[in-house]
Amino acid sequence: MSTSSIVRFQGVTKRYGPLTVLDQLDLDIERNEKVALIGPSGSGKSTLLRMLMLLEDIDDGLIEVDGRPLTHMSVNGGLVRANERYKREGRSRIGMVFQNFNLFPHMTALGNAAEGPISSIGMSKKEAQDRAAELLEMVGLGDKLDHYPAQLSGGQQQRVAIARALAMRPQIMLFDEVTSALDPELCGEVLNVIRRLGDEHDLTMLMVTHQMGFAKEFADRICFFSEGKIVEQGTPEQVFGTPQHERTQAFLRAVTEAI
Amino acid sequence: MENLVDLDFARNILPELLAAAGNTVVITLVGFSIALVLGLLLALLRRSRLAFISWSATVVIEFIRSTPLLIQLYFLFYVMPEFGLTMSAWSAGIAGIALHYACYVAEVYRAGLDGVPRGQWEACKALSMSPWHAYRRVLLPQAVRPIIPALGNYFVAMFKDTPVLSAITVVELMLQAKNIGSRSFRYLEPITMAGIFFLIISIVVALLVRRLEHQLQLPSIKTREST
Repeated sequence: MSTSSIVRFQGVTKRYGPLTVLDQLDLDIERNEKVALIGPSGSGKSTLLRMLMLLEDIDDGLIEVDGRPLTHMSVNGGLVRANERYKREGRSRIGMVFQNFNLFPHMTALGNAAEGPISSIGMSKKEAQDRAAELLEMVGLGDKLDHYPAQLSGGQQQRVAIARALAMRPQIMLFDEVTSALDPELCGEVLNVIRRLGDEHDLTMLMVTHQMGFAKEFADRICFFSEGKIVEQGTPEQVFGTPQHERTQAFLRAVTEAI
Repeated sequence: MENLVDLDFARNILPELLAAAGNTVVITLVGFSIALVLGLLLALLRRSRLAFISWSATVVIEFIRSTPLLIQLYFLFYVMPEFGLTMSAWSAGIAGIALHYACYVAEVYRAGLDGVPRGQWEACKALSMSPWHAYRRVLLPQAVRPIIPALGNYFVAMFKDTPVLSAITVVELMLQAKNIGSRSFRYLEPITMAGIFFLIISIVVALLVRRLEHQLQLPSIKTREST
């Protein structure tokens, strides 16, 4: 495996009671790689993002980011489970955008995008707001700085959420079905922002998506999940053009029929 | 029946009653401030992931909520000195009523915090915020808004419960009215006036709470269009 991997999953297992959501998963992601995770719901793709964001603990295995263990920390030469402080530090290199936006409803767009740097890094309010305004400008919301989430459309809210995550200057961005809660006509504006991010910034991006068209055009690599495992992965041409595994074929057939 | 109400008498006792009403207001303000802080602490302890902490908090809350305030006050004022803790009637009274209401307020906070969607907590984590910042900046401001009416109710309830403190010799409004009655053999005026004081202050507080609730309301699309 390449040494330039920025994210490395090694034998990661996650169980919810009797249900194994991720089963001995290995996955290496290159720096600046754009990876789309596709597959039926419940196949473990969102869980993978949530493990990487350290929203939930893994049951087995190890995740490394930038050559350093993320889920564990070394103590006296051995690896033990990361404590909260260590996890917080690990999270600061990763940004996440959620399906339901999860914006802070009591803060304006500017407040939302400035909150991370103020609370987590202790940046001055002025500096954080300058950075936030710049990022909101970049996602096309320069005129909505003082709007509260309830005053914005779904697409606008999701763009604020992207700006909020970027304000922490992450190396890795996670997108968890970010257009699934949006009306179809609002998906485009969000996907455009993601597309531009990928073109103009050095960011490693992982996205769980049901937008096959976008995945095909945007991703360097497609990982197809089924029952907690990656059963097939490759370039979009390979996976969409000549899928090898019968479950991939069945899934893609079902998805294209739906359209 | 002549001169059922003696207005001169009422005027004469007004300063005394006002002073006592001041005591009642001070007790309520100090007591409720303590209850707000202590209640939050109890609510957070009850939400702790460590079982013995949340369990201990639950026991304390349920124990205090399930016993009368009067008994708690007697205990603090008349029984505790036997264990070496002697407090003035005022201290015991305020401590007792604050602790009693802290337990009710804790349950209100808990409901408020439970009402904040889990995604908010996850968003805080994703921004690598500490639990302290997450609570202070994101979770509590959202938890408190919907529970302001309930907190206001408990404020008024505590205010109306202050006469219980007269049992441990705190001279609040009701005890003062009673004293005036037994001194002058006229109960009608002082008791009525005490009742009116309670009524006026309760109504004013209710109005203030409603205004606060309104002020803290987040703008929605509707309010944006109207401005």
